[in-house]
Amino acid sequence: MPLSEDEVAHVAMLARLGLDDEEKHKLGAELDHILEHISALQRADISGIPETAQVGNLVNVWREDEPAPSLTEEKALANAPDTDGQYFRVGAIQE
Amino acid sequence: MSTAGLSAADMAAALRRGEVTPGQLLDDARAQVQRLDGALNAFLAHTDELADRQAQLAAQILRDDPAGASALCGIPVALKDVLCVEGYPTTAGSHIIETFRPPYTATAVQRLLDAGAVPVGKTNCDEFAMGSSTENSAYGPVGNPWDVERVPGGSSGGSAAAVAAGMVPISYGTDTGGSIRQPAALSGVVGFKPTYGRVSRYGLIAFASSLDQVGPIAHTVEDAAAAYAAVAGNDPRDSTSVPDPPDDPSAVLKDGVKGMRLGVPREYMGEGLEPGVRDRVTEAIAVLEGLGATIEEVSLPSTDLGLSTYYIIAPAECSSNLARYDGVRFGRRVERPSVTDTLLHTRDEGFGTEVKRRVMLGTYALSSGYYDAYYRRAQKVRTLIAREFDIVFASVDALVCPTSPKVAFTTGAIQDPVEMYLNDALTIPVNLAGLPGISVPCGFSDGLPVGLQVIAPRLRDARVFQVAAAYEAATEWHLRRARLAAA
Repeated sequence: MPLSEDEVAHVAMLARLGLDDEEKHKLGAELDHILEHISALQRADISGIPETAQVGNLVNVWREDEPAPSLTEEKALANAPDTDGQYFRVGAIQE
Repeated sequence: MSTAGLSAADMAAALRRGEVTPGQLLDDARAQVQRLDGALNAFLAHTDELADRQAQLAAQILRDDPAGASALCGIPVALKDVLCVEGYPTTAGSHIIETFRPPYTATAVQRLLDAGAVPVGKTNCDEFAMGSSTENSAYGPVGNPWDVERVPGGSSGGSAAAVAAGMVPISYGTDTGGSIRQPAALSGVVGFKPTYGRVSRYGLIAFASSLDQVGPIAHTVEDAAAAYAAVAGNDPRDSTSVPDPPDDPSAVLKDGVKGMRLGVPREYMGEGLEPGVRDRVTEAIAVLEGLGATIEEVSLPSTDLGLSTYYIIAPAECSSNLARYDGVRFGRRVERPSVTDTLLHTRDEGFGTEVKRRVMLGTYALSSGYYDAYYRRAQKVRTLIAREFDIVFASVDALVCPTSPKVAFTTGAIQDPVEMYLNDALTIPVNLAGLPGISVPCGFSDGLPVGLQVIAPRLRDARVFQVAAAYEAATEWHLRRARLAAA
């Protein structure tokens, strides 16, 4: 079932991608094509099969909660597009 | 005479005999980059100050303790531009973090620096390591040293081309679905993907965290083994890091394959293989049989589901990982009056087409109403695929098969995303199961390199090297160099 324009717009908004109409149209068609190709997944017999989220078989890797040096304020802010010298600065979220 | 194009082992021996210095090796590497990179575009940045400092450190280590020095001490290396080096550009092939200077260094890189390796620069790659040709880099495609009109494979195409062109004997890439092995195959060099968790991901820009793994590209299996050993081992900063110490590949490189049981997965030799690839790989398997290995056909019935599974899981993880590029803490920001519009425009202008495609696909697969049909189902099929490997490894020691279904293709020739994704059909299952795998040169088809893939059970990284080294010792493909690389 092809994705509707509304669905593509919804997914783009969820992903915070400001696509223009042409991009939405093109990506929508490509997603349809990819989803059609990977529909083979729906045929797989997965009854009773558990999910694999990671293959390392490691469970709950902990470390002691000990204070240690971390990034300085200066280093942490060095790559920011905008700061006030102490904090990252962004536009107002509420008026 | 230039040392460019020598193996790292030959360079290391020359260093210890006092015939060259780390500074001379670095000069030769730089000259080769200077001579060829206009045509290849393998490097995105040069780490000149760091390289000079490391060459001095290496000279000092070799003076003070030549016996204790690492095999990589004084050796020029190149780093895929997804590995953070403090203070140097790390773009991941993307415009969105064009100006980013990492505030810390990746563990794998730090281990190289501690060993006295000499990083000459950061290599070009598909944007955020998403691609099979390096055509998705925001900084232009990379040429294949065997034919510059063709792609070097991807996503670690710059790292593969840098070795194939004799610029550096060792480079590092990352492999999420084949991104070390496939470019190694297409570029006629050796590429190794370790068992998931063997090499720390700390300081690696994340694409799909349950699949990403750092590994080396080199001219020879011996060099790849040394380059792997230099960066492998537990790191408390990566919670998915394997706790037990890695097995030492150098100890088994000469053990051969006599008496070893090698499986050939039927599904990997089926439709979709170019005839030239099938012929070279069949010949390579015969060589291994001639060396005393027992060859048997095995079956991995869910192989054809690997691609579908990967193209749900990897995009799902990437859509989550790439949410961090919001123009707040680092990277580019396209300012708009509202916060939401700022986000939308920042990401639209910062990301390239393939990244957007995968972020959209992953977001869709994780979205309410589709999660069970896509993401949860893919995670279950992932289990099936891993179990099938477990079953075949009960009767064979390792698997041998093609790395890539095709040889290097012409830049721009593949426009359909699904057709591009098929390039990784034979490497992806290895990532899904977290296994170690290597690609070694096994001949040519129409003058273009073909790769033989060797796959072993989890944590049996050394066995992959053992089989690959036995094959390499019996053949001469690894000695061939692209014509362009010769001085």
